[in-house]
Amino acid sequence: MTQGSLVPAESPGLSPGPISGPQPANLGDILERVLDKGIVIAGDIRVNLLDIELLTIKLRLVIASLDTASQVGINWWQADPWLSAEAANGSNSRELEEENRQLRSRVKALEARSRDGG
Amino acid sequence: MAAEGGWVWMYGVADDDLETFADGAAGVGGAPPRTITAAGLTAIVGDVGDREYGEAALRRNLEDLDWLAQTARAHHAVLEAVAERGPVVPMRLATLFSSDAGVTGTLQERADDFREALSLVSARNEWGVKAYAVKPADPAGESGHEVAGREGPATGPGAAYLQRRRAQLTASKDVRREALASARTVYAELSGFAVSSRFYPPQAPDLAGQQTPMVLNAAYLVADERAGEFTAAMADLTARHRFVQLTLTGPWPAYSFVSEGDGPGPR
Repeated sequence: MTQGSLVPAESPGLSPGPISGPQPANLGDILERVLDKGIVIAGDIRVNLLDIELLTIKLRLVIASLDTASQVGINWWQADPWLSAEAANGSNSRELEEENRQLRSRVKALEARSRDGG
Repeated sequence: MAAEGGWVWMYGVADDDLETFADGAAGVGGAPPRTITAAGLTAIVGDVGDREYGEAALRRNLEDLDWLAQTARAHHAVLEAVAERGPVVPMRLATLFSSDAGVTGTLQERADDFREALSLVSARNEWGVKAYAVKPADPAGESGHEVAGREGPATGPGAAYLQRRRAQLTASKDVRREALASARTVYAELSGFAVSSRFYPPQAPDLAGQQTPMVLNAAYLVADERAGEFTAAMADLTARHRFVQLTLTGPWPAYSFVSEGDGPGPR
């Protein structure tokens, strides 16, 4: 019989290298797994399952910040990774073109003003 | 047996040759985990009180992030300990029965499902891989200035500023695009070492404890015999992709690969 503590050491794993050795799990890692995954069976507190569904949605808002997703232009885990990513790249270039256009006209305006002033 | 007015918290299901727990380490609510065996399966359970884990209390407590965090960590710690001794099918948090009989009944009714899930996770573990976009060390500050000086006919300080700013924006978008491309490559290459894989949405920077945006949050089910190759591939990818910072977590109990309607596993 094994006599060890029930609480394991951090990430036993395989000899961690200096670069990519396993990191300790953060709270988000644990929550997204124990709330969203794992087998769901109907226990005797059934109403609780619905509560957890709602809770999971709330936590999604905490864990998966929409800001983060739109900031980096990604939604590709939701559908076809490759196609969605292409779409995201496309919209990035359009955004960039528009930004460039605005900057160019701003530069022109500033040049004109500096000529007038000087 | 659950105490009067208490509940039986179910952590997970393992084979019936699972070694019993010998010590009194804390589980959820501080009660040491114990086992219930039926239908050739072992349920890992713990006794919890009605005051904290009853229907009304649970509804209240689940809204309390500190309580939830503590409970989730306790649930996870027990499953992690079991996973070190053999395959385990994790239950979702807060799977509660009014008595041992309810657990026994579930083991019997769902025996085939549990066995199927156990064989799926047997000699396999889950690994978590995240990629963060790396902010380059002020890429446009210096070079952007030089470019602006060479390029434009404009020499005013305003124009120089705007051109420098434009170069910065271009650089940051390039970095973003490179980070996404790297994330896709990393995901695909690691999939080659895994039995199965899942995406999670990226985590908020606060929760992840990182300043830079997360561009990949994936879980892989990896056979134990290939875990060495998998971690070696991680190291290799880390060295090759400078636009992303990669982190590895695990081995995890196979949480992400046993849920219903989510690939193979029980209904």
